[in-house]
Amino acid sequence: MYAHMVKSEATSEDPEMLAAFQARIDAGEKIEPKDWMPAGYRKTLIRQIGQHAHSEIVGQLPEGNWITRAPTLERKANLLAKVQDEAGHGLYLYCAAETLGVSRDEMTEMLLDGRMKYSSIFNYPTLTWADMGAVGWLVDGAAIMNQVPLQRTSYGPYARAMVRICKEESFHQRQGFHVMMSMVKGTEDQKRMAQDALNRFWFPALMMFGPSDKDSVHSRQSMAWKIKMNTNDELRQKFVDETVPQAEYLGLTVPDKKLKWNEETGHYDFAEPDWSEFFEVIKGNGPCNKERIAARQKAWDDGAWVREAMMAHAEKKRARKLAAE
Amino acid sequence: MVDALFEFLLRQGDNALVLGHRMSEWCGVAPALEEDIALANTALDLIGQTQLWLGYAAEVEDAGRSANDLAFRREVYDFKNLLMLEVPNEDFGRTLMRQFLFDAFQVPWLTALQASSDQRVADIAAKSLKEALCHLDRSQETVVALGDGTQESNARMKDALDFLWPYVGEMFADDAVDQAIAEAGVAPLPSTLREAHRATVKAAFRAAALTLPEGDFAHKGGRTGFRHTEHLGHMLATMQILQRSYPGATW
Repeated sequence: MYAHMVKSEATSEDPEMLAAFQARIDAGEKIEPKDWMPAGYRKTLIRQIGQHAHSEIVGQLPEGNWITRAPTLERKANLLAKVQDEAGHGLYLYCAAETLGVSRDEMTEMLLDGRMKYSSIFNYPTLTWADMGAVGWLVDGAAIMNQVPLQRTSYGPYARAMVRICKEESFHQRQGFHVMMSMVKGTEDQKRMAQDALNRFWFPALMMFGPSDKDSVHSRQSMAWKIKMNTNDELRQKFVDETVPQAEYLGLTVPDKKLKWNEETGHYDFAEPDWSEFFEVIKGNGPCNKERIAARQKAWDDGAWVREAMMAHAEKKRARKLAAE
Repeated sequence: MVDALFEFLLRQGDNALVLGHRMSEWCGVAPALEEDIALANTALDLIGQTQLWLGYAAEVEDAGRSANDLAFRREVYDFKNLLMLEVPNEDFGRTLMRQFLFDAFQVPWLTALQASSDQRVADIAAKSLKEALCHLDRSQETVVALGDGTQESNARMKDALDFLWPYVGEMFADDAVDQAIAEAGVAPLPSTLREAHRATVKAAFRAAALTLPEGDFAHKGGRTGFRHTEHLGHMLATMQILQRSYPGATW
């Protein structure tokens, strides 16, 4: 159904309509669900919003891994609330994608059978409590860099979802940084945990911005459509420039020997992540790819009877109401 | 009286802590996103209630312990929660059935506690009651929907009820602590709520095409701490690992 929809849209496009569409985008107008849009725009948005929604949902798992082990009642409540926010973000994003003609169930199935992706970062394991700090600080930090510009994206429902999401993400990032602060101010064991978490998450966080611009297949068209607002490399640089001083403030060492402030450019020079690792993770060979999808599949399968029963009950209620009238 | 009050507060706090922990285990793996969010809400409310009850318990004990010390540094036999709340979630059906059986008690219980002779107890109860009313609305509605839904869901809810029912009686089993607390006007005897509880669950089960199991047998030993199930030790091993592994660390 999804593929058919894309195909039929593609046949109806004439250059005049495309030009008029581009003119609306260039004028800064928002595109709304009922407006005409090129099939490629729709297809790209479904892929992007769907991938973002799936990232929120799969992203619940690495942090959910520590909810039952959180060290204090306050930390437990904060972490639970954060992971709950992610479920909420997933919900807004699936709703935004639904306005493009693809249902949440269809997208879930595409996630489970591998047709749709989620952010590579969630295929890395969370091994100590410090990872709850590192994930908030670095992963949510990188997510914010990606997402803040998307509040101005051309598709109305997506832009509006991003406004709400960004507010919560910046709170999560501060919360993560606060966890890191407690760790570096703590015992030797805690400091070691904090450094270890940074060592493991630094390069995967840099990979969150996607491959280098020269290797990014979707960038140019997406930028013209204002589905994407900045290049991958621009955002990555911004992330490094903002995060390195924070690491210094924490007294932690960024695991990059090439990292150096460049007076001339006014930016940090830094080492590229290992892109072969990135492409392996995307292909399914990350440390946790199989577990993450298996966990989602199990939740989906185990919940099937509940979803069916809820539907059946709603149907019976409707029938009983009709019979009574 | 200080001892009885401390014990009474532990019972309230441990119920919230243990059930909140079980509910938090659903985070990220619930049957639908809306349920995921709702279960996390319930868990969050319960963790918040834990902080209030155990915080007051720590003050009453006056031994330099905090709510976190009470939650993360006590042994199995020091926990005073109902056995029903520590058994594993099993499936969504049992989780929601347990929540309903508990909520149907909590609502009249917290309502009564609002008139407590102890103002702090009354205040905590008033705040918790607002949450418990929402929990009851939701758990009751879900139990009815799943009981009424399909053949499979009805069978699962029946299994859940049959499994949990022998744990319900512990809620109403008065002991010396309850007597002392009742005499001081802090709380009514739990046994006085049995009828109200029965009426709530009976009405819901009628709508859910479920029958109240026969027999009054009740497993006991949770709220006195005398004999917990084997499950609590595993829960605490998980919950307490950081506080136990790194004594004195600040998180």
